Amino acid sequence: MGEIIQEEKGKKGGKRKVKKQSTRIDMTPMVDLMCLLITFFMLTTAFSKAKVMVITMPEKDVKDEPKNKPQIAANRTLNILLTGGDKVYFYQGLADPKKPPLPELIKSDFSKDGIRKVLLLRNKELFTKIAEYREKRLTGKMVVADTTADNAIKNFKKEDRKGPIVLIKADDKTKYKDIVNIIDEMAICNIASYAVVDLSPVEIEMLKNAPK
Amino acid sequence: MPKIKAPARSPHIDMTPMVDLFSLLLTFFMLTATFRPQEAAPITTPSSVSEKQAPDNDLMTIFISKDGKVFFNIDNGKDTSTHFRMKLLEKIGEQYKITFTPKELEKFGTMSSFGMPIKDIKSWLNEGDAKIREKLQVGIPMDSTDNQLAWWVRLARLTNVSAEVALKGDAETNYTVVKKVMDLLQDNKVNKFNLVTNLSKDEVLLKDVPK
Repeated sequence: MGEIIQEEKGKKGGKRKVKKQSTRIDMTPMVDLMCLLITFFMLTTAFSKAKVMVITMPEKDVKDEPKNKPQIAANRTLNILLTGGDKVYFYQGLADPKKPPLPELIKSDFSKDGIRKVLLLRNKELFTKIAEYREKRLTGKMVVADTTADNAIKNFKKEDRKGPIVLIKADDKTKYKDIVNIIDEMAICNIASYAVVDLSPVEIEMLKNAPK
Repeated sequence: MPKIKAPARSPHIDMTPMVDLFSLLLTFFMLTATFRPQEAAPITTPSSVSEKQAPDNDLMTIFISKDGKVFFNIDNGKDTSTHFRMKLLEKIGEQYKITFTPKELEKFGTMSSFGMPIKDIKSWLNEGDAKIREKLQVGIPMDSTDNQLAWWVRLARLTNVSAEVALKGDAETNYTVVKKVMDLLQDNKVNKFNLVTNLSKDEVLLKDVPK
């Protein structure tokens, strides 16, 4: 498709000019190819990098005697027991077979009014503190750098003496996503201290007799 | 009054600005493109609210597929001269008394995730047929008698001391497998895990706090 430029004919019909060659190049194939390449690169580029959730587990130490284990206040302990199929059970305190009666398992789920409500209720003070801090930053009442804010929130969590200490325990039927979900809930509810630990034999029994 | 004749318009559009823009975009995409590495198994990660980005380099990733197969990947490091993958394969070879040719080492250096018993690595590296290569990916064995994954992790930790560990598990994987891998990692003094997740916003506002 060469460009054809119609030349104006001399009005007085003078000399015939040599037909001028057009200087324009047809760019359509080039544009086609570029379109193709751009589409290709756009689709193959990994734009959104993977997000990660960081979890630090307590160090395993074989020499650690049971008596050296950190003592946790029973009234602050919240045990969350996971078992397959979107079921969450929780109980307060410690389940010690030597000290009956055993605490009762309460059934919950992953919905907004499920375990989150329980966690928020118990962690109200710390949650409000952190949420207010974040809101102040968002609305521009307080201008601080990201790292400063992170540190401040970390300090809030460190100083917290009232919020629950959550122990997450999962049985064999649990799916990986349930674990991720519950750790995520911890992040959403700003829980200061939580750990993923193993089920004790008593708790396995308790799960068997748990309300369906 | 003479009629005003509208000048004949050329039916052609000037494409130069368009071409300019396209070349600009093309250059941008070509330079920024980092190709998605081919993964050994399709994995759908669970979602979380975490917005932290996975590090680009110095990352050791353990993939756990839906059926409990385990795959492993480590990058070559930020500095191209470090060749962590080649070094790692050499070390593993020493451990299992397998010698790899320089060509095999180099090929391993350019690959990404893998998951097969160590004895199959050689045939995987030398196999040209993609279908057979895929069939060889049966997962890294981690039985208590011959825990090869533990050796991969241990030697990878020694090869690249600053490597962080990422776990990329399928949402439907059984927790027992994940726990086994986590225990194994903890035995190798890895206590910080990066769980790879999808971002899904979920926020609780101040007014949502139950009274």
